[in-house]
Amino acid sequence: MFLCVFFPGAGGGNDIQWCFSQVKGAVDDDVAEADIISTVEFNHSGELLATGDKGGRVVIFQQEQENKIQSHSRGEYNVYSTFQSHEPEFDYLKSLEIEEKINKIRWLPQKNAAQFLLSTNDKTIKLWKISERDKRPEGYNLKEEDGRYRDPTTVTTLRVPVFRPMDLMVEASPRRIFANAHTYHINSISINSDYETYLSADDLRINLWHLEITDRSFNIVDIKPANMEELTEVITAAEFHPNSCNTFVYSSSKGTIRLCDMRASALCDRHSKLFEEPEDPSNRSFFSEIISSISDVKFSHSGRYMMTRDYLSVKIWDLNMENRPVETYQVHEYLRSKLCSLYENDCIFDKFECCWNGSDSVVMTGSYNNFFRMFDRNTKRDITLEASRENNKPRTVLKPRKVCASGKRKKDEISVDSLDFNKKILHTAWHPKENIIAVATTNNLYIFQDKVN
Amino acid sequence: MSQKQEEENPSEETGEEKQDKQEKEGILPERAEEAKLKAKYPSLGQKPGGSDFLMKRLQKGQKYFDSGDYNMAKAKMKNKQLPSAGPDKNLVTGDHIPTPQDLPQRKSSLVTSKLAGGQVE
Repeated sequence: MFLCVFFPGAGGGNDIQWCFSQVKGAVDDDVAEADIISTVEFNHSGELLATGDKGGRVVIFQQEQENKIQSHSRGEYNVYSTFQSHEPEFDYLKSLEIEEKINKIRWLPQKNAAQFLLSTNDKTIKLWKISERDKRPEGYNLKEEDGRYRDPTTVTTLRVPVFRPMDLMVEASPRRIFANAHTYHINSISINSDYETYLSADDLRINLWHLEITDRSFNIVDIKPANMEELTEVITAAEFHPNSCNTFVYSSSKGTIRLCDMRASALCDRHSKLFEEPEDPSNRSFFSEIISSISDVKFSHSGRYMMTRDYLSVKIWDLNMENRPVETYQVHEYLRSKLCSLYENDCIFDKFECCWNGSDSVVMTGSYNNFFRMFDRNTKRDITLEASRENNKPRTVLKPRKVCASGKRKKDEISVDSLDFNKKILHTAWHPKENIIAVATTNNLYIFQDKVN
Repeated sequence: MSQKQEEENPSEETGEEKQDKQEKEGILPERAEEAKLKAKYPSLGQKPGGSDFLMKRLQKGQKYFDSGDYNMAKAKMKNKQLPSAGPDKNLVTGDHIPTPQDLPQRKSSLVTSKLAGGQVE
């Protein structure tokens, strides 16, 4: 990566200056497996931020209402609710251990006072209702306030119980359990724009569910070959189009994306569009297919574009053009000459996610050494930032980072060989409306905001 | 830096200094890395990155325990340690007999997530 990215202190034009806001999680370096963050997702308003971890737990943060007096920053995110979403299981019939790790969380748009989200592990999807209770009935006739029953013979008068305020209690309860529909491991869930159905995708199949119905789902994609010896690719991610309720896409381990239209047939094994960038065969190596595997696919908010993340790059595709992406951004091209060791330590299989900002003008993705990258599609400028407790004074602007691929390392640059490949940022999320981002390191959640003057 | 169609390798000044002529005879960094890998693991990959990975991925979580195998292995090696799991890039087959010591502790998290506790900074 040879480009220079220096943002002048005053930050000209549309350049955002990112500042540290908050960090959640334990400080110690000894990370328990259960604490590894596995998914991060803002809800539709951005008021709530959910995280899932390897221990099967969900933690939801809520943004506090802006303090009008202190207008130098937006509201902070504080814990709103936390619950155990999934438990470890063992499928004795198949001799299969089922991890409780939360692979994905997706929020439903809010319809009433309660909030709903879908959370999934490898096998089971659950619909959770998160509701607030801030008053309780008091003055029962047959019960004391502490719940003990009163002796009915001592009751001489009747009273009407009334609701009295109480400390806010946030309760999470599982409302639907969608189980036993996936032989392979679920990698994606996506709620349809009809807000009634959703899809779940595993390595070989995609199923369509109705949110109200748990005992039935429709299989809409099946790429399992008749003979497993012929298996050449798996499904890596899937998403519904944000506006067209009949359209969804799924990506593969071979770097292709298929767009399917559910109106065409019940089983969408034949794609409507196939997005694939032609590869120069003379460039092919042992690693080509592995690094072309798409780890995430996300539609733009507008629905006109989609973004894919493979090991080294982020690509933006125009849905109207199948034969190549319209934009390609190199995330960490310097890793191309490290592929041998990245294969040996399994890092080459790391699944990075990517996300759009609310206006689809900037995209973000993570990298190693707790670095994350943003690409501005309009200015074509990009920036590398670091999620680190060293920069944790609120409202201090983050300093851009630069990796030196080789040769003379300038001051403040980091050489490729010094990168910590155990510090990976796989999960990031961007507030749907504001410049607030949530970045997950292994076990910590960082929240950054743009500088508000 | 946005790229339009071709990928560029602008800054590779590593040991593979032939980047500039990558379209022609230059050894691509990937190829050099591939050569390194094949030198270390000569038996690797008749099929480039294909089925082996996929099958491993599909089989994630599979644990086999055969009490007959286990007891016979124990009987044969009365005084020796049972072979323990080592890092294994291939499918879980072969000589390794899973033992109770190998299986990780599996219990659900009763502890609240650390994200939900601690100081808000």
